[in-house]
Amino acid sequence: IMCASAKYNTRGPALIPRMKTKHRIYYITLFSIVLLGLIATGMFQFWPHSIESASDWTVEKRSVHDVPVVKLPADSPIPERGDLSCRMHTCFDVYRCGFNPKNKIKVYIYSLKKYVDEYGTSVSNTISREYNELLTAISDSEFYTDDVNRACLFVPSIDVLNQNALRIKETAQALAQLSRWDRGTNHLLFNMLPGGPPDYNTALDVPRDRALLAGGGFSTWTYRQGYDVSIPVYSPLSGEVDLPERGPGPRRYFILSSQMALHPEYRSELEALQAENGESVLILDKCTNLSDGVPAVRKRCHKNLVFDYPQVLQESTFCVVLRGARLGQAVLSDVLQAGCVPVIIADSYILPFSEVLDWKRAAVVIPEEKMPEMYSILQSVPQRQIEEMQRQARWFWEAYFRSMKAIALATLQIINDRIYPYAAISYEEWNDPPAVKWSSVSNPLFLPLIPPQSQGFTAIVLTYDRVESLFRVITEVSKVPSLSKLLVVWNNQNKNPPEDSLWPKIRVPLKVVRTAENKLSNRFFPYDEIETEAVLAIDDDIIMLTSDELQFGYEVWREFPDRLVGYPGRLHLWDHEMNKWKYESEWTNEVSMVLTGAAFYHKYFNYLYTYKMPGDIKNWVDAHMNCEDIAMNFLVANVTGKSVIKVTPRKKFKCPECTAIDGLSLDQTHMVERSECINKFASVFGTMPLKVVEHRADPVLYKDDFPEKLKSFPNIGSL
Amino acid sequence: MQTRKKYIFLTFLASWLLLFSFGGHQLRRFAFFSGRKAEARRNWPRWTDRSLLKNFADPKELQSDGDPSLPSPRARRAARLSVYKNSRCRMETCFDFSRCEKHGFKVFTYPRERDQPLSESYGKILTSIERSRYYTPNPEEACLFILSIDTLDRDHLSGQYVRNVDEKIRSFPLWNGGRNHLIFNLYSGTWPNYTEDLGFDIGQAILAKASFYTESFRPGFDISIPLFSKDHPQRGGERGWLYQDSIQPKKKYLLVFKGKRYLTGIGSGTRNALHHIHNGKDIISLTTCKHGKDWEKHKDTRCDKDNVDYEKFDYQELLHNSTFCIVPRGRRLGSFRFLEALQAACIPVLLSDGWELPFAEAIDWGKAAVVGSERLLLQVPSAVRCIHPERVLAFQQQTQFLWDAYFSSVDKIVHTTLEIIKDRLLPHRSRSRFLWNTLPGGLLALPDFSTHPGDFPFYYLQRGSSPSEKFTAFIRAVSLTSSPSQPILRLIQAISGSQYCAQILVLWSCEKPPPPSGKWPQTAVPLTVIQGRRKLSDRFFPYTAIQTDAVLSLDEHTSLSTSEVDFAFVVWRSFPERIVGFPTRSHFWDAEQRRWGYTSKWTNELSIVLTAAAFYHRYLAGEGPAGRGARPHPAPPPCSLPRYYHNLFTEYLPAGLRELVDGLTACEDILMNVLVATVTKLPPIKVTQRKQHKETVPQQVGCKRGDVGTPPAGERSPSPPRSPPAKVKGTAGAAGSRRFSQRQDCLNQLVDWFGYMPLVSSQLRLDPVLFKDQVSVLRKKYPRLEKP
Repeated sequence: IMCASAKYNTRGPALIPRMKTKHRIYYITLFSIVLLGLIATGMFQFWPHSIESASDWTVEKRSVHDVPVVKLPADSPIPERGDLSCRMHTCFDVYRCGFNPKNKIKVYIYSLKKYVDEYGTSVSNTISREYNELLTAISDSEFYTDDVNRACLFVPSIDVLNQNALRIKETAQALAQLSRWDRGTNHLLFNMLPGGPPDYNTALDVPRDRALLAGGGFSTWTYRQGYDVSIPVYSPLSGEVDLPERGPGPRRYFILSSQMALHPEYRSELEALQAENGESVLILDKCTNLSDGVPAVRKRCHKNLVFDYPQVLQESTFCVVLRGARLGQAVLSDVLQAGCVPVIIADSYILPFSEVLDWKRAAVVIPEEKMPEMYSILQSVPQRQIEEMQRQARWFWEAYFRSMKAIALATLQIINDRIYPYAAISYEEWNDPPAVKWSSVSNPLFLPLIPPQSQGFTAIVLTYDRVESLFRVITEVSKVPSLSKLLVVWNNQNKNPPEDSLWPKIRVPLKVVRTAENKLSNRFFPYDEIETEAVLAIDDDIIMLTSDELQFGYEVWREFPDRLVGYPGRLHLWDHEMNKWKYESEWTNEVSMVLTGAAFYHKYFNYLYTYKMPGDIKNWVDAHMNCEDIAMNFLVANVTGKSVIKVTPRKKFKCPECTAIDGLSLDQTHMVERSECINKFASVFGTMPLKVVEHRADPVLYKDDFPEKLKSFPNIGSL
Repeated sequence: MQTRKKYIFLTFLASWLLLFSFGGHQLRRFAFFSGRKAEARRNWPRWTDRSLLKNFADPKELQSDGDPSLPSPRARRAARLSVYKNSRCRMETCFDFSRCEKHGFKVFTYPRERDQPLSESYGKILTSIERSRYYTPNPEEACLFILSIDTLDRDHLSGQYVRNVDEKIRSFPLWNGGRNHLIFNLYSGTWPNYTEDLGFDIGQAILAKASFYTESFRPGFDISIPLFSKDHPQRGGERGWLYQDSIQPKKKYLLVFKGKRYLTGIGSGTRNALHHIHNGKDIISLTTCKHGKDWEKHKDTRCDKDNVDYEKFDYQELLHNSTFCIVPRGRRLGSFRFLEALQAACIPVLLSDGWELPFAEAIDWGKAAVVGSERLLLQVPSAVRCIHPERVLAFQQQTQFLWDAYFSSVDKIVHTTLEIIKDRLLPHRSRSRFLWNTLPGGLLALPDFSTHPGDFPFYYLQRGSSPSEKFTAFIRAVSLTSSPSQPILRLIQAISGSQYCAQILVLWSCEKPPPPSGKWPQTAVPLTVIQGRRKLSDRFFPYTAIQTDAVLSLDEHTSLSTSEVDFAFVVWRSFPERIVGFPTRSHFWDAEQRRWGYTSKWTNELSIVLTAAAFYHRYLAGEGPAGRGARPHPAPPPCSLPRYYHNLFTEYLPAGLRELVDGLTACEDILMNVLVATVTKLPPIKVTQRKQHKETVPQQVGCKRGDVGTPPAGERSPSPPRSPPAKVKGTAGAAGSRRFSQRQDCLNQLVDWFGYMPLVSSQLRLDPVLFKDQVSVLRKKYPRLEKP
């Protein structure tokens, strides 16, 4: 199995078999042959090859004008036009990609050539700055391979970003003569400006047969869903202008239109909006009388007022992105960069990366016919949502629009996700801005399930050598109706557990697990013997909990299966004098942790504790022989974002015989150690995940004036 | 021995030396030295003149992408209408939005004709629509039309195939070329090609079809629905089979398949290969050749042995005990086993190339299924083995969520279809993918309320936010005196003393005008009196005035102290999606009467929190976001006629059910609890209360049914639990028992409407951490809760 995580068998076969001396000569001969073979291979295979490649590639300092010239005969083949019915399963050859442990497609880039027609006239500009950046990004990425035989996806170096800059037929011929063209199978073309006058097709007009198209202006009729990739039209201003992110909130204008060369019909509709709503709507146009030397692309005008572009975009809450001759507009990128919420008015336009990006979170799409209603539609967006959209817009720009590199990598990732869907990037990873990713919680047990009572729980007792006390715990716990199994973790390597016959006879299976090392983390190991979801961790000296208390604890856990449910609660506090966290075990009105001397929790957290504990906490706890319970509280609170549930009034695990614990708890050094643990864990987690609450769970009729014998859990209440 | 070792060692040494001396630096290129290979990788060159390269487009050209010579946008839109029709339909070219503007999204079903054959499934679909809140019997109001002709089975060999559909359709005056029509279909085409053709011209109608092939699917227009059997329940529906979450799912099998192997014909490519991955251990892939009449004609050498093995395993047993289930195409692309696997929490591994997955416009299948490729069948075992246990666990839970939210009944499938279409009408008021794919799902997160996840009580954790720190108290008053009654004055005083109270609203539900403002007490927080309709479910009508996430719902007779309110609110902030309150009731199954019972006795369990004193999120009975949001028009002046806002209570339920509540006294509590339990699948939360409510029969002055939500004394007195309440009449008068049986009826009617019993019982109560502990009251934060 080629899993990335799989452990490989490091023990190979024995290299040298046992042999008798008389075979010595035979072996010497054999080795000589092997040796000669090796030398021969070295000589004939690597030597010439390396010379050739060195001459080809060590010369890095080259100009794009030095690339080889390829002459295209007039009658060289032209690919088919492009098949609208293509989908991944019909036009894409997945066998080229194969199964690989990294789940990454391999992308090959054809080397740069200059194509000329029969008369020596060049077919297009060799390469644009943006396309060069894009190819450089691919080449630097994990997807890249220089081995054409191992490639799954091929990217021609023929630049088709702008259809107007190339000769359609000849470009198609150039594509067709690529060495692995094969009707365009697994070839990826990047195009941002498709179509040309007068009809402006919404997809690249260059015949391309089965090639995938990453296009910048698809309409719903030309976009092959699940095959093509819709990409943004890159705005060179992204690289030139530094617009610092502006905090979300209301802006000076409500609606802004900054596009030049709008169709007069659109412009008159916008002006009607302005007339109706006054100053909150700003409609800009190109400036007519700029002094020389001022770049027209960086200025916008309204009547006599001159505004800097794209800075002015930051002055508005919503920015209109209207279609032009094409559906995709570079202004979308500028608008997102400014953190202005785009209002997209371009019927049938497929938004950039719409396969993975949830545009409803960042933009408002309004049908062209509803333009007159734009103002009231936008008024209906709640202010809190606007603020999120502003942040989201900026995040989309930063992650997927800001550079050709971002565009290239997002495109490849989308194709990669289609080929390895089981390793695909999730919705949240694509869409959540870093701030949300950081503060949000995705509970691994998110489905609201109340586990059936009949399943019961498994009690795990960690013990070292207190056999007598252990046996009492076993006897006590076995009285709890819902106990289904008892597991004793024997943590003493120097002493054998008592013989079978000595153990208390109880009504449920009792298993003893011996450990290899005396470690506290053995208590939280996901033993195969645990067959129930619910685990009760209990120390070998906790004999004071009544059967009612334990059974009630289990019932509470069933209602909160993703939380730690325990008895004595503890609290963390911020010590203002020392500027650090402090552990508190006094009578408080709040709790944020429960002790795991006796606590119910989901078995899954054992798995997390053992395999997914952040940083070195697990080893640290084992080394210090303390704070495994605090670590567990941190872990659970961190993955679920939820508080613990303290059940019943119990404050301490106090019993007549076991003063040791109590003595320890009161010990000052103990408190200091526990406080240190909290500070240590908070720094490893990078945050304080613990949640403080003011409630505890009691039975419904607890302390009510009601006959005790009618209560389900009468025997609860001693502290 | 020694000599031999020496020889071997020397030989190796010599050979390596030689190799290095001849081709030392070339070795770097050798495949073994992958670490070094990266250096030698032939990357895209760094051109010396890269900074001189031209931009791909002139900046000016990029910014002014217009061409005045182009036809006007209006002309282009008009031209588009004639070009993009039928197979190229999109909402903007084939759907008449204007029909939906005046009356909103209303759905009309053609009247059923007597002699018209109607399959069971189509009957259920029509019933679902007629039960929904979008139904209208008036075609003038309708935005969407549903035929009464059964179009589910369009396989002309089938007994349920309806003939001459074209003719019939053409005779309908409303047909209009299929515009704004929705056609449901489960089976299209027939042997041998199973084409997508329905055998009649659907024109511009939206097609909701099972087994949709991507090529014939019109994106953003058609809807892919799952294939469901005629036994699929109308409403309610079975729950999923996942009762427990387990890590490293110790299921017996990793991957299973049991089904037909087609020897010839469409789909045989995949079905014929499935047996290759069978390993008899954790991967079970069983096929049988037995299907159709003449299977023996095509029989091959495997058939006999396969047929024997096939009988050894039970399909249901495999479903229950496997982590992954292969869901390959059959003759058509979709199959029943898709929903079966989903329900069984057996993660579907789809091998059905070109299948447009059910509701893919809304549902993110990547979170619940492995979308495999038919061509890569042999890679499936290793691919699923490599999926991390955490991801498997998430997948399993997601299958259950999706099953329960969108698939478990015909009602859900139909409503999901309608909601997806509704979302297209107003793109700016539609659900984001987040809302569709996060619990509790798109059918329960209504965009009419808000499109902002922060306005719902479900997503605080996922978004890393928390509910607002204040609440709005909402008191329903019915007394008819010209000055407020004593209890309500005390209540207002107590509430306004809470540090978390933002405002108090009094809903004055009598015909008489409310007392003048001078008669109300002076409070630290704003107090507003609104006059409402006199119906019982008034309380749940959201009023624009509520601006906090939390609502404290109260009756004028409720008696609460400030500490109780404070503590309950702090608890609510930990459970914002639930009802958190004081007096509780419970339900039970009355085996004798074979119906659900309702009890107000003191019991060890609770499943209903009375809304006479309860906190809940305003989405559950609140109102749209405040401020400039949510209102298409400027806010109405305060104290004008209340504007009803959308929320779960007012929007999710069809009018018929709301009428039921209005008609039955004191049903609102139960309805509210049932509704919230439907959404959360969790019990409500009871918090501690200083003492029981005052046990007096409230004054019955003025309004009829004056004492809403405050049951009479008889119901309150402590009596032993677990005895069927109907038998104990005790001190409750005739009015009390009538009210009681009404509540019981109401509960049973609601269960019938929802198709299952949503209420969940809890055995706990939340108390302050030091509640009744033997420690000085000075240390306690809520000492007043303990006073006798």
